Amino acid sequence: MSDPTSPELRAIKNLKQIAREEFILPGTAICGGCGGLAALRLAAKVLGPKTVFVNAAGCFTLLATFPYTPFKGSWLYTTMASAAAGAQGVRDALDVLIARGKVAAADDVEVVVVAGDGSTYDMALSATSGAIFRGLDFWYFCYDNESYGNTGMQMSSATPYGARTLTTPVGEHARAGTEHGKKDLFEIWRAHRPAYLATVSPRFPIDLTNKFLKAKQLRGPKLFIAHAPCPTGWLYDPELTADYARLAVETGIFALKEAVDGVVTHTYVPRRHRPVEEYLRGQGRYRHLFEPVRNEEAIHKIQEQVDRYWANVHETTGAAR
Amino acid sequence: MTQRTLLTGNAAAAWGARLADVDYIPAFPITPQTEIIELLAQWATDGTIAGRFVTMDSEHSMLTAAGAAAATGARVFTATSSQGLLYGFEVLYTIAGWRVPLVLVNVSRALASPITLEADHNDILSARDSGFLQIHTETCQEILDTVLMAYRLAEDQRVMLPVLVNLDGFTLSFTREPVELPAAAAVSEFLPPYQPHHAFIRGDRPMAQGAAVLGGAAYSYFRYQQHLAQEKALAVYEEIAAEFAARFGRYYGLVEPFQLDDAEYVLVMSNAFATKGKAMVQHWRARGVKAGLLRLRVFRPFPAAAIAAALAGRKAVAVIDQNLAPGLGGITYQEIAAALYDRQERPPLVSVIGGLGGKDISQGEFEAVLVALQQAAAGERVPGPWLLYTKPEQERMRTLLQIAGKEVQA
Repeated sequence: MSDPTSPELRAIKNLKQIAREEFILPGTAICGGCGGLAALRLAAKVLGPKTVFVNAAGCFTLLATFPYTPFKGSWLYTTMASAAAGAQGVRDALDVLIARGKVAAADDVEVVVVAGDGSTYDMALSATSGAIFRGLDFWYFCYDNESYGNTGMQMSSATPYGARTLTTPVGEHARAGTEHGKKDLFEIWRAHRPAYLATVSPRFPIDLTNKFLKAKQLRGPKLFIAHAPCPTGWLYDPELTADYARLAVETGIFALKEAVDGVVTHTYVPRRHRPVEEYLRGQGRYRHLFEPVRNEEAIHKIQEQVDRYWANVHETTGAAR
Repeated sequence: MTQRTLLTGNAAAAWGARLADVDYIPAFPITPQTEIIELLAQWATDGTIAGRFVTMDSEHSMLTAAGAAAATGARVFTATSSQGLLYGFEVLYTIAGWRVPLVLVNVSRALASPITLEADHNDILSARDSGFLQIHTETCQEILDTVLMAYRLAEDQRVMLPVLVNLDGFTLSFTREPVELPAAAAVSEFLPPYQPHHAFIRGDRPMAQGAAVLGGAAYSYFRYQQHLAQEKALAVYEEIAAEFAARFGRYYGLVEPFQLDDAEYVLVMSNAFATKGKAMVQHWRARGVKAGLLRLRVFRPFPAAAIAAALAGRKAVAVIDQNLAPGLGGITYQEIAAALYDRQERPPLVSVIGGLGGKDISQGEFEAVLVALQQAAAGERVPGPWLLYTKPEQERMRTLLQIAGKEVQA
């Protein structure tokens, strides 16, 4: 589709190289300080206007509320479980309509699933697995706020150990709140060998932009998990979204990485990880770990999980610590 | 050139899609529908058809892909049965709400539990409120012809709704009948390529589809639009049926009257078992009983006026439902009773349940229905629903229960 050698697809080095033009306009019903929308806004700058966002039920379903849409491109709301199947229908239809001369090749669009973690990690897994299996040429943007956020912060299988949600409250039988660990969607998707797979953070816009630029040169499934700090659900001041997005990466809780044809590269490895406590403390969803008494065991467990992850990264990749 | 050949019901449905020159066929296998998609897969693979065939991961995904492709501007065909229709159920409402045309063939099969294979109509009738139009067929020829008419209906700008075409599993899906294949050129005159005017996805004209609405007034507006389009579809259907008859020599009305002119006792039936009902009507006529049959064909929009006109003034009418709403009775009985309610000459109605899960309706059972009709005509109250079951069936069931170790009352 696009010419891979064209200047627009070369990796950028500084913020000024990010397009100034906006493709998702402000004024939507989305919460102030939404980390997911910040990430999608940056992604849209690479995707451009000839795009259809195929949506699954979640927070972002409220982006296009009749008669308004913030998108310069197109939009199709599907269901909670089948946005990737919707993408299949759109992509296949455009391919066949172009092949049969019913639509001009110039009017082709990028097909982008936009779905939250509740859809993506849980009920949409089958439809997405199918689309990746079929080698569908599409994008998948998962804004991961680690909960069923649009329904008011209930546990999804993306909710991390130790976070309190309204369906995993803290009590006698669950001192940590959520007792399960977060599902490793990156590895689940990677097992399908998609053309491209990456994690992105709204606080690392150059890394994010370069990943979308790289993916734009590839055909096939291009999958993104965007860390989406959520002031409404995680219970912190909306102005702190950028800080928590940064701390998630600097503590090593959220690893910035990509996989091309299944080969993983960590795109940003902090020289020294900050203690996870700096990320946890201050978020209302983790407050019970610190007050009224400190839950040393749970905090230690979270730190241990992170340390183990990175020890494994350093061991397998030889990356400098 | 028109050809005449032997086709199964499933093959006739596939030929309908082939002659409609569809762009896209998302598919998922389920008995007894699978032969339809196998044929289309073969034709797509060997280049016989230009449309693209894709096997999806479930009926939920299949119907989403079908609707999304129609929302992109493609002519779409797909097929399912029974559990598959229910697995994709929310998508039926979604597609109808998108106001995009496509044709979905349902090959009726009774619903689990207990899981089984043969036909009844609880699957298709569960979709009666989904916004899809619904047409039920009796013969293999009718299946093919109906698929072609369904595209005209769905794509008509006064309608813009998807259509479900129903045929019975096994009794029709695997029955071979002679079918006239209309010439492709004649079909393309009747059904030119789909031109999407309202819903499409293209780089040059961005559009938001399926947007959320907030508030009941906006929601009601769009739901009412679906209902008004269905109401309009009655007249649109009659135009299309007349044109189809003029071009191809076969006429299919909203309902099919069979020996109704002077009929006193009328059976109301649908789909393949209507053939059995027609045979009984002929049998009774030979005996001097003025019997007739009304076959339900277009079920959504519900042709209440046509049904009431056909039934008003009869001595008695039996509605044989090949479905069961537990705790209520027959589904079509309710709708037919409602259609007749404001008629002066409304006939006594007998509600009969038969043919569930492919159970036969024997001649003896039809005779019992006739007796009930005569009693009702004589002013006796015939409480329904009647649940048809024969003595040999009961005895056979008793044996099965004994094998299963259940105590059986004598």
